[in-house]
Amino acid sequence: MDENTTGKETVITLRETNDIVNARQYARKLAVELGFNILDQTKIVTAISELARNTVIWGKGGKAIFEIIKKGNKSGLRATFTDRGPGIPDVEKALEDGYTSGGGLGLGLGGAKRLMDEFEIESEIGKGTTVTVAKYK
Amino acid sequence: MERIPILKMGDYLLVSIQIDMHDKLAMELKNDLAEKISKTSAKGVLIDISALEIVDSFIGRMLGSMSEISKVLGAETVIVGMQPAVAITLVELGLSLKGIHTALNVEKGIKLLDELVKLQ
Repeated sequence: MDENTTGKETVITLRETNDIVNARQYARKLAVELGFNILDQTKIVTAISELARNTVIWGKGGKAIFEIIKKGNKSGLRATFTDRGPGIPDVEKALEDGYTSGGGLGLGLGGAKRLMDEFEIESEIGKGTTVTVAKYK
Repeated sequence: MERIPILKMGDYLLVSIQIDMHDKLAMELKNDLAEKISKTSAKGVLIDISALEIVDSFIGRMLGSMSEISKVLGAETVIVGMQPAVAITLVELGLSLKGIHTALNVEKGIKLLDELVKLQ
């Protein structure tokens, strides 16, 4: 993902489950501003909700950074979720549907990947996880 | 404190979710509904989600467990009014809402509830 960013970043702190609503509402606002249709808005907000919950629950808190990006003549939205949690031992497996580190349905990561155009994940045991997603108009 | 109201209509309970639900509110609704069913001996529950802009895996799971709890307490549940974009997203996310009864609108939902309750 080396397209140009437009420079403006917004950081949403993700400490408790109430913060997930903030991330959702900000993602909706940005998606509307960018002119995404209602279906893409819904996909973006749903993916953001899944990833924000992962950051709060499994990552023990962290943050989301939202940016408006450009790729060629297309504009898009990028969100980066960072935590300093325990990390994911097997990222490939974590992307499979049904995988769960306990309690959940394990749909978060794989589901979010399907709903967005770009998806990247980096995770290191004991250091934390960063997930980056983007969707273009 | 904000709470989602549960209205009684004859043998049925009507829940209309009108706000973007945070997790705690969803858990409270689950508890409130179980108590209301037990108090009123309701035979059916209609949950209107037409104002919900998304259903993520957490809300989906919550709808599923509300429907299961209601069943254990002797009430059938029908979820109505899901927006088309929400339905498409839900399926793409991988959430099938297995075992949950759904209907397009409140009217159809009541009809379905009538049928389900008759079968009990």
